[in-house]
Amino acid sequence: MVIPQKAIDSVNKNKIGLKGPLATPVGKGHQSLNLALRKTFNLYANVRPCRSIEGYKTPYDDVDLVTIRENTEGEYSGIEHVIVDGVVQSIKLITEVASRRVAEFAFRYAVANGRKSVTAVHKANIMRMSDGLFLQCCREAAEKFPEVQFDEMYLDTVCLHMVQDPKKYDVLVMPNLYGDILSDLCAGLIGGLGVTPSGNIGENGAAIFESVHGTAPDIAGQDKANPTALLLSACMMLKHMGLGTYGSKIEKAAFEAIKNKETRTADLGGKATCSQFTDAVCRYVD
Amino acid sequence: MRIKQIYPTYRQTRCLHYSQSSLALSSAKEHSPLVGTKPVNTVTLIPGDGVGAELMGSVQMIFKQIGVPVQWEELFVSETSSSRSASLDDVLKSIRKNQVCLKGVISSGHGVSGVSGELETLNMKMRRALDLFAYVVHAKSIPGLLTRHNDLDFVVVREQLEGEYSALEHESVPGVVESLKIITRGRSERIAKFAFDYAIKHGRKKVTAVHKANIMKLGDGQFLQSCEEISELYPSIALETMIIDNCCMQLVSNPWQFDVMVMPNLYGNIVDNIAAGLVGGAGVVPGENYSEDYVIYEPGARHSFHEGVGRNIANPTAILLAASKMLAHLNLHHFSSALSSAVYEVFKSGKVRMRDMGGQATSIDFTKAILQAIRL
Repeated sequence: MVIPQKAIDSVNKNKIGLKGPLATPVGKGHQSLNLALRKTFNLYANVRPCRSIEGYKTPYDDVDLVTIRENTEGEYSGIEHVIVDGVVQSIKLITEVASRRVAEFAFRYAVANGRKSVTAVHKANIMRMSDGLFLQCCREAAEKFPEVQFDEMYLDTVCLHMVQDPKKYDVLVMPNLYGDILSDLCAGLIGGLGVTPSGNIGENGAAIFESVHGTAPDIAGQDKANPTALLLSACMMLKHMGLGTYGSKIEKAAFEAIKNKETRTADLGGKATCSQFTDAVCRYVD
Repeated sequence: MRIKQIYPTYRQTRCLHYSQSSLALSSAKEHSPLVGTKPVNTVTLIPGDGVGAELMGSVQMIFKQIGVPVQWEELFVSETSSSRSASLDDVLKSIRKNQVCLKGVISSGHGVSGVSGELETLNMKMRRALDLFAYVVHAKSIPGLLTRHNDLDFVVVREQLEGEYSALEHESVPGVVESLKIITRGRSERIAKFAFDYAIKHGRKKVTAVHKANIMKLGDGQFLQSCEEISELYPSIALETMIIDNCCMQLVSNPWQFDVMVMPNLYGNIVDNIAAGLVGGAGVVPGENYSEDYVIYEPGARHSFHEGVGRNIANPTAILLAASKMLAHLNLHHFSSALSSAVYEVFKSGKVRMRDMGGQATSIDFTKAILQAIRL
């Protein structure tokens, strides 16, 4: 399965895209389509702001962090070999170029969005060369942005503290796999993938914003789905495009709709259908 | 069906958590107070880095006061202070002789090639030499220690010899580093079997295999396949599979669904720490390392807590619960349950509380409270 040329041309022309979920089968032969998209458009950073949603109670009230994940290499290189029968080798690739690029993006993002600190998440005590290189690039980027505080922390320590006291964290930058896991962990803290926005930033201003939940084939076509994730991703997109005032307006309206049990969707414990929720958001925007 | 192929290999495999009497002990002695009796069991003791020495002090103090028949063979082992450390050979010799070890956390240090100049950490070397393939963290909520999720009781089984921790890295071209993750059928089957055996022995109902086979199709695909094949040998235990990112999300939103979990190395590291965080932090969860012949008990979340050194603030619960599990393993069940009951009682009564419970008690205060609560 390959991305159709028309899609590629469209994104290259418009530079900005909004995407829904794409399914990846487990353990089958071909490479993930999501991965292919990232490689084709060189989307090197995945950004996921996680903020506790007022009106949707989880055991964690005070989450306000951003995970920035290197999106092109690391453990997701897709390079695996069967060395001999029963022995598999998967290659994790870390390059200076990609590490530097995502590290500098993290700091620029922090500055642009008024965030105070960037924490590099790694396992350089175990993967000494690869994560060591990533860490080194983060340290060098930190020197270029002295106004932003820089920390480094082991992945397991972050996980340990994240589930106890998430308000410690601000912007987190990390290689691919850790980013995947941590960003989902953080999404779990605020209410799951149904309410988490995500943006993929490429070079030259290109960006694709997407909802990161699954395709949910079991509820497709029944007007049950929660559009919050996609809606918030669209707001992120507007902010990226310089249309921040619109983005914030819609975001606020969406949070109002979630606060009210009548207009919340079923997955958040409410009574509304997808279209009822949408109507409510439209009403609140006015 | 590959059952016939797998089973012959495992006929010979003894899993240490089976053997009730692998160590010669006179169980008659364990029921009476043993102050003054000659100790029967020698256990290797490795204080480790950070707050390790202080915490071991708590264990040794309590054991001495209540007369536990254990003799310690203490070895200072450190990767970051390697000049003062016992040699790896000495450590291995001791553990092979005593078969049981209680240890603190040994820090690995980091940066390119760490402190030792080698890619493999001292911890990894030890585990490989002793074939400690399974790491078990029992995440159990402690009544009286309020957390966001209470009444948890699940077990994380982690394969700890291969996977991402293979220490096979090289710079193929300047600025490009390759790190190899190795998954083998043999080790995957072994850890899967361990998990299912553990489930049977402890009356558990379900094993959840955690993986990322949608991305690492061959590597984690192999792990998953091994779990599925082994599960066929255990029709009374349910097998569930879950992708690691979803697993993390489930852990923070609905952790009560988990029973026994099995996974490769790195995911194990992550889930161990999430589990510890859920039930109260690194200070309260014990960990057990198993090979076919040896067991090493240590604090579950493996954090040396450097910041706490010398401040008398480290929580001794994790190492005391680990010591309690060790006592059960040594067939000193009376002492084992007396110790763990005392720990639970101190938490429940809430009179002596450490920092992580919102109180001001020091490590020594807490240790004394536990000692006072022991009923033999």
